[in-house]
Amino acid sequence: MNPETLIYAFTFPLLGVFLGLVYKGIDRRFSARLTSRIGPPIRQPFWDVGKLLLKETVVPENAVAWIFNAMPVVSFAASMTLLLYIPFGVLKAPLEGYGDLIVILYLLTLQSLSMAIGGFASGSPFSSVGAQREMVLMMSYEMPLATVIVGFALVYKSFSLTTIASTPVWSIVGPLAAMGIVLLFIALLVVTPAELAKLPFDIAEAETEICEGMLAEYSGRNLALFYLSDAVRGFAMAALEVVLFFPFTLTGMLDLNLTGTGYYVVEALWFLFKVLVIYLLAITLVRTSFARFRIEQASRVFWVYVNIIALVGVALVWMGV
Amino acid sequence: MAKTQYYVPVGPIHPALKEPIRVEAMVEGERIVEVDVKRGFAHRGIEYMGMKRNAIQTLYLSERICGICSISHPYAFVIGTEKALGIEAPPRAQYIRTIIGELERIHSHILWLGVVAHEMGFDSLLFWTWKGREKLLDILELITGNRINYSVFMIGGVRRDIKESHVKALRDMINYYRIFTEEMKDVFLSDPVYKARTRGVAQLSKKMALELNVVGPVARAAGIRMDVRQDMPYDAYADIGVRAIVPQDIVGEARGDAYDITMVRLYEIDQSLDIIEYCLDEMPEGKLMAIPNYVALLAKIRRTEGEAIGAHEAPRGEVIHYFRYGNKRDGPLFWKVIAPSYNNINTWKPLLLGAEVADIPIVVAYIDPCMCCNDRLAVVRNEEGRIIDPEALHRKAVEKTERLKRDLGVRE
Repeated sequence: MNPETLIYAFTFPLLGVFLGLVYKGIDRRFSARLTSRIGPPIRQPFWDVGKLLLKETVVPENAVAWIFNAMPVVSFAASMTLLLYIPFGVLKAPLEGYGDLIVILYLLTLQSLSMAIGGFASGSPFSSVGAQREMVLMMSYEMPLATVIVGFALVYKSFSLTTIASTPVWSIVGPLAAMGIVLLFIALLVVTPAELAKLPFDIAEAETEICEGMLAEYSGRNLALFYLSDAVRGFAMAALEVVLFFPFTLTGMLDLNLTGTGYYVVEALWFLFKVLVIYLLAITLVRTSFARFRIEQASRVFWVYVNIIALVGVALVWMGV
Repeated sequence: MAKTQYYVPVGPIHPALKEPIRVEAMVEGERIVEVDVKRGFAHRGIEYMGMKRNAIQTLYLSERICGICSISHPYAFVIGTEKALGIEAPPRAQYIRTIIGELERIHSHILWLGVVAHEMGFDSLLFWTWKGREKLLDILELITGNRINYSVFMIGGVRRDIKESHVKALRDMINYYRIFTEEMKDVFLSDPVYKARTRGVAQLSKKMALELNVVGPVARAAGIRMDVRQDMPYDAYADIGVRAIVPQDIVGEARGDAYDITMVRLYEIDQSLDIIEYCLDEMPEGKLMAIPNYVALLAKIRRTEGEAIGAHEAPRGEVIHYFRYGNKRDGPLFWKVIAPSYNNINTWKPLLLGAEVADIPIVVAYIDPCMCCNDRLAVVRNEEGRIIDPEALHRKAVEKTERLKRDLGVRE
């Protein structure tokens, strides 16, 4: 591992946390505007984290304390590691070559899993119900998510994200496979809110039903860690979608002749813009325009409809490649 | 393997509840297998306070029984008192009362639509409906001077007139809500997720509704054509001939679930707009109060002997006020309030059994519960039949706590 990688490994997570919180702020502001409210300032999530870090961390009396306290750390660590696998625009991912899409899939799962385990360990009935719901939901959306990844592996004959990011998928597939990729994109868009526990799939955290479910007993530092990992996960998921489906560079599209710092800055801003668009479309817009599903309805949506879309997509890709 | 059962307490403080009540549910996975509803967390003794005051003060106290139905209780109060006194409000006052009563029904129904959307996580609809409701509150403020406790009713009339300038604003409002109601019907009745969450949830059959003695929109959604405005017409309703709206009229059948109750409430907004329009067209001229002098009114109440019942169809169902006047008092000797939520809360237990945890907020919200309406006066008597004074009651409570601590082995 060279020093450059080490610098990346430290700056990427910091940048990821910052961007995740900024995006969360924009998301809240945009959602408020959609519902004719003013909304909080964009820096509000930073204040939230700061406030949580200052508050007392309470461990419930009948909780399994070490699991209860360990899970926020695991979740935060998983989200930090996740950032190291996602190429940031034209910059390569620090851990490229050490893992592939399968690892990303596991890291995404690990966060949901740690929240569920933390919920079970807290010993609160609300958390237990929430954790049960999270497990059911995870079983439902993992299949379409895996199917999308299989679709990409079919095209590139590789699970490596670096290989996938190096060439836009649209440039190497025929019209039939392109239709398949569009279907895979739709499936991934539906999976995104579930993966991030946002409406209409925030069943595990349903505020009016089970008082935030798994997070009901968390407070102070532990809650701040979950809050941060949630923010990072939102950014990472949107970034992943951009890397998979829209890896076009601005200089490549407009035939610009940029070099040096200018090139990196322009490309980074372009990448952030793409991520923001996906974030607002797949998360904010969806969570503002839907009611919460019941758990069995959500399972049906994934097991039947999204699965069919994803499988048809994979079939088209397989026929087209 | 035996399934693990969890005990999920909902309330007295819970995001789904705006007022204190407790639903204790035993769940198996997502299914509720055992449920207990505990009420009695709101204590204000408002009926007792009413019996210590004169009738006009009690009238304005009755407005404070409920935060949303701040006209329903005074309406039933003035009807009951007028019956006991044997007076009748002038026709113009009757029409003004009807208009204000219907304005309140519209804003209460829109409020409910927002709340039930919020209970299923649809906050956008909550903001949208509540924004639409603002115009109505502005109109109420224009007419009465207040947004919440209007203080406009009086025994034997009303205290404020609806002027020509108000009529224009009211007609504009009617046009606005005609369009807004159509939009709400579009959104609520055809949104697939809303339909999926409410169809078959909180389903009350006609037989069950009759057995549980439910009232108001809950009964009407179950297909029972009952409405105080139709069965015991009063004020302007007697001239209009209101017909209760049931789902059979709209879609041909009544299923009695949360979706049907949404439909009934949406169509009742239309009906209320019709009633307000009729009242504005046919508004008679004349004075506003039968007995304008408050001293003369109180003197008449002091001479009155007898009892009466006043009933009004509030947005949530029928509100009944029972009075006994006499003994040379200028206020009610006895005053008993029966609010619609008192009957409707009975539906929770049978409907929650076998339901899912996700349905708890919808089952709780669909009757539009109001806990402070259910506040009751409790007179505690000891073995000799004497009323126990507050000090004795407090002493007994302390003794009981000590005994419980001893039994449970709790030390300070």
